Amino acid sequence: MRTLLYFLAIGSVVGLAYWAYEENFETQQALKRLRAVQAQIGDTREALAVQRAEWAYLNRPDRLSDLVEMNFKGLGLLPLTPGHFGALDQVAYPPNPSLEGELAETIEVSAGTGGRP
Amino acid sequence: MTRTPLRPLARILHARETGGNPDLIERENIRRRHEVMRDEWRVMAEQRLLLAAFCCLVVFGFVGVRMWAIASTPVAEPVAAVSDARIDATRADIVDRNGRVFATNLVTHSLYSQPHLMTDPEGSADALAALFPDMDAARLRGWFTGDRKFIWLKRRISPEQMQAVHDIGDPGLQFGPREMRLYPNGALAAHILGGTGFGREGVQSAELLGVAGVEKAMNARLSDPATAGTPLALSIDLTIQAVIEDVLGSGMRLMNAKGAAAVLMHAHTGEIRAMASLPDFDPNTRPQPLVEGEAGDSPLFNRAVQGVYELGSSFKIFTAAQALELGLANPNTMIDTTSPMRWGRHRIGDFKNYGPELSLTDVIVKSSNVGTARLALEIGGKRQREFLDALGFLAPTPVEIIEAPGARPLWPESWADIHTMTISYGHGISTSPLHLAAGYASLLNGGTKVTPTLLRQGAPVAGPRLVSEETSAAAREMLHQVVERGTASFGRIPGYAIGGKTGTADKPRAAGGGYYEDKVVATFASVFPTDDPEYILIVTLDEPVETSGTEPRRTAGWTAVPVSAEITRRIVPLLGLRPSVEYLGDPEITLARN
Repeated sequence: MRTLLYFLAIGSVVGLAYWAYEENFETQQALKRLRAVQAQIGDTREALAVQRAEWAYLNRPDRLSDLVEMNFKGLGLLPLTPGHFGALDQVAYPPNPSLEGELAETIEVSAGTGGRP
Repeated sequence: MTRTPLRPLARILHARETGGNPDLIERENIRRRHEVMRDEWRVMAEQRLLLAAFCCLVVFGFVGVRMWAIASTPVAEPVAAVSDARIDATRADIVDRNGRVFATNLVTHSLYSQPHLMTDPEGSADALAALFPDMDAARLRGWFTGDRKFIWLKRRISPEQMQAVHDIGDPGLQFGPREMRLYPNGALAAHILGGTGFGREGVQSAELLGVAGVEKAMNARLSDPATAGTPLALSIDLTIQAVIEDVLGSGMRLMNAKGAAAVLMHAHTGEIRAMASLPDFDPNTRPQPLVEGEAGDSPLFNRAVQGVYELGSSFKIFTAAQALELGLANPNTMIDTTSPMRWGRHRIGDFKNYGPELSLTDVIVKSSNVGTARLALEIGGKRQREFLDALGFLAPTPVEIIEAPGARPLWPESWADIHTMTISYGHGISTSPLHLAAGYASLLNGGTKVTPTLLRQGAPVAGPRLVSEETSAAAREMLHQVVERGTASFGRIPGYAIGGKTGTADKPRAAGGGYYEDKVVATFASVFPTDDPEYILIVTLDEPVETSGTEPRRTAGWTAVPVSAEITRRIVPLLGLRPSVEYLGDPEITLARN
């Protein structure tokens, strides 16, 4: 009985030691991964900042207006002026689809009746 | 220890003689010996137990102390210590009101050398001098072979240059990361942004410090690590700023002006939507300030904020509005405009004689100095001064750029009657175009004071009331008449109700003593739309001259007004202001059908 207790105690000590080591090891690994991920985040942020700066640089008004001038033949872009505003009543209504359908049906019917002897 | 024999001979013999059992004696002695041994063992066991308890106490005590220490010390996450320094931008970005980037940071590298680590100091010196034209090989050689252990070579180098230095391959040439402030739009809004320089420098990093403009005025906010992740949003609209700078630049060249400034302000919030000053500079490579000559000739000079000029007749509307507000006149009251008007030894004249009297509206429309001066005398110097003070003309503007507090308006301390009269038409008081914008906004937005700001505001803040709604509306109508039939007729834009007032002031001689004959500052202050005021636009041209006619024309109506009208025509669609309905029949519109 006593021997059994000894073995159990020793076994549990060994088990706990293994568990503690395992936890410690995993923590170390997690920290290492974290460092790597954070370095990656840093790099990505830096890259993003560069991209944003580049985007802003490429979209600077000077360059855009130069591009508009260079591509005037193809695009014909002009500065926005008050003349570019339109009124709502200058926009044509879309053709009424339900009316179109009725019209088509009418033709069909009349064609059908016309065909009868 | 004396060992007691188990069978002592004397007692055994005595026992045999008396017929006793000698074994009893032996057993008795064994028992006694065992008792002694037991006592010894017990003491030893007790000591061992004490030792074990002490060991346990030490171990548990250690654990306890550790637990207490961990629990009672502030949280220092091990992850925080390993976090990469590059993650945190050290200076917040600056963006426009729609989030477009005005200023951001880029990581570049600096170059330094540690001569004691160098393998080939002379060769490296020659190679570096070949790479960077501004470096001197002989001087570098002197440095690299001298006693110094550490030498800064370049503050900022590009990735290509860094690779080229790498290729030299000397271990004594080293790089430190450097954060660099980048203004991707170049010279756009340069005077607002200002610029940055390096403060304290270390090998691994350097402090970015604002040296002018918003960068310096808001330095604490921009460099605060707690807010470094949140960009600072200005009230400026980048697109409109670009359009205004573009048109203003063309106008300045067309009118042969040496400088120009424009301010576009929202009439209700005081937000500055655009503020331009020409000539300008590139904040990425900020030029050195001038060491001689006039500060106003430097491109660093912000004419819109720092340039305090006599803005001339554009001030007349304040006199007229105050007369309306005080009940001294209504827009149709006839004012004596007999020219010239004499006051002591002074003589006030008009551009041309407008006859004996004009209605108040016509005094503004025709821009009569005499009529305004007479009104001002009725108002009185004290009330005039209080009114201009309330409008913010007598103190520096509170906008968030470092140059603003230094731009103090100039006005006569004594404020005698002659000053009251000249100030009523904008002479004798020097203010910046920004002051004028804020004054126009406060007067014309319905009569509540606005405070100019460069930061995006959440909601409009209603300031204290300066004039009544009716006075404000009447002043707008007068300004509208100026554009419709007065000195600013070039300012008309079909489809929009524009109001404005011209101002042409002679430039005072730099050396003192009177005014130049042929140098003026031409200003046009406008408000649109006049029926529902949204924006105030101030355009100022420095020394313009329009030469298309037979003789040179310098008045604002011929110079500042056409420039301002073109700016307005270009920005109204961008501001989302639609032309009035009658105008919409314009044939430019492509009719769409599907």
